[in-house]
Amino acid sequence: MSILKPDFIKPVAIGAVIFAALAFLPSFADSYYMSLAISVVSFAVLATAWSMFSGPTRYISLATVVFFGIGAYTVAVLGEIMAFPLVLVCAGLAGTVVALLVGFSTLRLAGVYFVIFTFGLTELVRQVVSWYEVNVTREMGRYVFLDITQNDIYWQLLALFAVLLLTGFVLGRSRLGFALRIIGEDETVAKHCGIDVTRVKVALFVLSALFMTLTGAIIAPRWTYIDPVIAFNPMLSFQVVIMALLGGPRRLLGPLLGVIPLTLLFEVLTASFPNHFSILLGCVFMVIVYLLPGGVVGLYEKYRAPKKRTLSSSPETTRKSEEKTA
Amino acid sequence: MTTEVLLSISGLHKAFGGLIAVNQMQFDVHAGEIVGLLGPNGSGKTTVMNLISGALQANEGKVVISGKDITNLPAHKISHSGIARTFQLVRVLPDLDCIENIEAGLAYRTKPLWGDAAHAAALELLDRIGLAKQAHTPAGDLTYIDQKRLELGRALALQPKLLLLDEWLAGLNPSELQDGIALVRQLKDEGLTIIMVEHVMDAIRSLCDRCVVMNAGTKIADGTPDEVLSDPEVIRAYLGDSHA
Repeated sequence: MSILKPDFIKPVAIGAVIFAALAFLPSFADSYYMSLAISVVSFAVLATAWSMFSGPTRYISLATVVFFGIGAYTVAVLGEIMAFPLVLVCAGLAGTVVALLVGFSTLRLAGVYFVIFTFGLTELVRQVVSWYEVNVTREMGRYVFLDITQNDIYWQLLALFAVLLLTGFVLGRSRLGFALRIIGEDETVAKHCGIDVTRVKVALFVLSALFMTLTGAIIAPRWTYIDPVIAFNPMLSFQVVIMALLGGPRRLLGPLLGVIPLTLLFEVLTASFPNHFSILLGCVFMVIVYLLPGGVVGLYEKYRAPKKRTLSSSPETTRKSEEKTA
Repeated sequence: MTTEVLLSISGLHKAFGGLIAVNQMQFDVHAGEIVGLLGPNGSGKTTVMNLISGALQANEGKVVISGKDITNLPAHKISHSGIARTFQLVRVLPDLDCIENIEAGLAYRTKPLWGDAAHAAALELLDRIGLAKQAHTPAGDLTYIDQKRLELGRALALQPKLLLLDEWLAGLNPSELQDGIALVRQLKDEGLTIIMVEHVMDAIRSLCDRCVVMNAGTKIADGTPDEVLSDPEVIRAYLGDSHA
């Protein structure tokens, strides 16, 4: 596999141009739209990172906010002691260690047990942090006063998203990424093909958690005040799952198609119906699962595929072009 | 026949709760041999296959291949020590196309192939098992016989010393069966050692050098196909006392 092949360079070059253009957004947008842009990019990182592991393996993780919260809390604790890049490194390390522990202890679980465990983990981590703050530091809640502007946050998140997409793109063509797809298809077959299933799953879980942690760390200065209830709000995990499922978690850019409309929808819902947000979120979730089980990408492919087949008899061209569009 | 023992199984025991599926199983397989593993339904044949391939963990006993103890190693390590298998209920990777199904076997073996080399090797292997035309078809869209061929192709891609075929010839029509038997014979001629669980008597008589017969988890006969099929104990296991 050569990195210099045209089918590798072309999408990377297009991506680079788009991201370079997006970096100039702060010159045009006012602070309300920048705040919205930060929401979109942060959810884009979270949903894409979630899909990187959960898309191929079909393990539904509700632990997104665990890692996001660990990132945010690391910044709250260390932000005034160290330089910000160093804080990000510490956050990344903390997220990696927790993801390794969780990965090795839970990825042998299958299906619903894994879902419930990850949900329970959120509560566990939140309670542990609360207990520590109440009993050891004796102050609940922390202030994050850092000299980081909204635009800085935006640029950092944008860079993180670019790195994530590049990672996902390389992964999709690597043996590791292929192993993950085989595991998603049939774990028993994967083992008998010589794949160390546990190691592959843990590796991807950790990689995905690392990006979630960094998102939390980068976005923390925006809040100025955080406590365990804010940092470990389970709602975030559900939002990320809904977005990824709406977009289509099995393609690299799939989740993005869910992130953009839903971030805007959540924005409207929180502004117009602050008291009914959870109920409406639940309804959106059900509608998506019932009506769009394959996400927007799946829907597109479903209606696109039969038409193409009549045009060209070769299934190869059909599949190739579908992959390109995704 | 060669005398070198490739696989040696001794004292193998597996219980599911109170049910003893495999009881003190013991047999050797010599290099280059095709050994048939026979027995009535529920006699523990597939469980033995699962214990050899690492899909299940044994309670007791030993599995040794080429002098290396592989008892209860995880399946991927057993695969790396030279054992590949097909499954009783055919298991392909349905959303992946045929090339990718074969590449799954190539990419993680002891001497892995990846990229262009894997692509070329996969096409060559597909040609050999007669699926060259379906190279880009998703495996889930193949017919039953083609899925079985593909599964065999994936096992061969692992370059095994020992191949486990679990009812690989079951459910084929007469002409497909002849093709299947020819394919297995070709593998034997290439020097592959094979253990096959099988009910199709034509295939057993024409392919197997030796048969091991199981009943209720224990070995009741071991010999050439003609010997074991006329053994009164075997006839009793299949047909009951009155026929023995």
